[in-house]
Amino acid sequence: MLIINCPWCGARPEIEFRYGGEAHVARPADPAAMSDQEWADFLYNRTNPKGLHAERWRHIHGCGRYFNAVRDTVSDFFVTTYKAGEPRPDIGESGQ
Amino acid sequence: MQKFSGFELFRRALGGHKSWQPQWRNPEPKAEYDVIIVGAGGHGLAAAYYLAKEHGITRVAVIERGWLGGGNTGRNTTIVRSNYLFDESAALYEHAVKLWEGLSQDLNYNVMYSARGVLMLAHNHHDEISFKRHVHANRLNGVDNEWLSAEQVKEFCPPLNIRSMRYPIIGGALQRRGGTARHDAVAWGFARAADSRGVDIIQNCEVTGIRRGPSGAVEGVETSKGFIRAKKVGVSAAGHTSVVMAMAGVRMPLESYPLQALVSEPVKPAFPTVVMSNTIHAYISQSDKGEMVIGAGTDAYTSYSQRGALHVTTHTLDAICELVPQFRRLRMLRNWGGIVDVTPDRSPIIAKTPVPGLYVNCGWGTGGFKATPGSGNVFAHTIAKDEPHKINAPFTLERFRDGFLIDEAAAAAVAH
Repeated sequence: MLIINCPWCGARPEIEFRYGGEAHVARPADPAAMSDQEWADFLYNRTNPKGLHAERWRHIHGCGRYFNAVRDTVSDFFVTTYKAGEPRPDIGESGQ
Repeated sequence: MQKFSGFELFRRALGGHKSWQPQWRNPEPKAEYDVIIVGAGGHGLAAAYYLAKEHGITRVAVIERGWLGGGNTGRNTTIVRSNYLFDESAALYEHAVKLWEGLSQDLNYNVMYSARGVLMLAHNHHDEISFKRHVHANRLNGVDNEWLSAEQVKEFCPPLNIRSMRYPIIGGALQRRGGTARHDAVAWGFARAADSRGVDIIQNCEVTGIRRGPSGAVEGVETSKGFIRAKKVGVSAAGHTSVVMAMAGVRMPLESYPLQALVSEPVKPAFPTVVMSNTIHAYISQSDKGEMVIGAGTDAYTSYSQRGALHVTTHTLDAICELVPQFRRLRMLRNWGGIVDVTPDRSPIIAKTPVPGLYVNCGWGTGGFKATPGSGNVFAHTIAKDEPHKINAPFTLERFRDGFLIDEAAAAAVAH
């Protein structure tokens, strides 16, 4: 089980959290102007990287808030967590 | 190819079994092929076999980063069934089951396909109406599936505890033609049969890039053993599909998750069928070697780590201890994880891509093993003809753009 550092509550076990998928997938500003392909990209296409992944988590059995994390998908090591709305920290593309 | 038969076994036994040849060659890659398949799992090897057998394309290489059958083909829980709800899925999986039924003879390799039945348990009213809907939909599609009462469930699978548990069993859906097959034998059988028709299986050779020409079309693949030219490349890389497709600049509607399985110590025959329960997350069958083979769920998060969290497997074991109380005394021997590529609608993608000459067979999620021969068969057709077979025509990449999702709840999470 992973230990995840909630930016508000601190380190807690994985079962307190819900995974929220890839982070920084911005909701379209002007939905009516989107083509079908752009909708497919927004709704379905994902980076799914082997390496560092910026992703959303929700501390559902704690503070209930969403936050973002950068995790290495090869080792499952959490490089950092940060509050929703903050930009992705600049830590490159490769792992630890 | 040395044909396997009882007579051959006897004849070579007289010579002390010293005259058997390796079952496939271990060739170095040639400079050019007609078709390159990326990934020597069951699906990729099956595609190569059917390219050679049904389409006469024998200048084929299957390129594998590790060893053949070492990924999800060797890590799954080996269940075969076709009782999917939608017409598109039923046609695809039924195509596979029909091939399973004659596969050992076709390949001259015993894949140990055992139609011992797949029993899906219902624990509440929702399960019951959902399974009955599946039963009716399946029968309209010519797929066998029948509803059993709780007593009939107990009669068909006596070790089950149907009453004294938190969610008692109120019935079940049984596909009698479903069952299991030997996963390694499937990979080895396809590898041997493809190799004997001239297919080169190149192991320990990692694809590091997909080269495209000025028109955008595929020219070949960069590998750890150098550049290999081919006008057609079929990607059959399971959990690593996103990584391989990114080499050609194609973003995929996929996320890769660890899916776990475990086996118990081997015991005498004690469990006659395959039992699965979506509601309490149990999934169990007994291998011919005697181990109880148990499928756990996926982890919550995407990962390429090939291992998962312990609480995911204990969740499944809790359910199994309730379902089959006598298994509480079984010791678990091994557990492991595989990386499965999951699509948003839980249905696979077997299709052409926006890149000319690049084809993809992916998105099998938590249940690709059952489709191995059918998937390879229609993927070979798609590559050979440059257009899909009518069975895989709905399973395009564009369905996510055009809104024609095949939202197969029967394919959800643990239910394979």
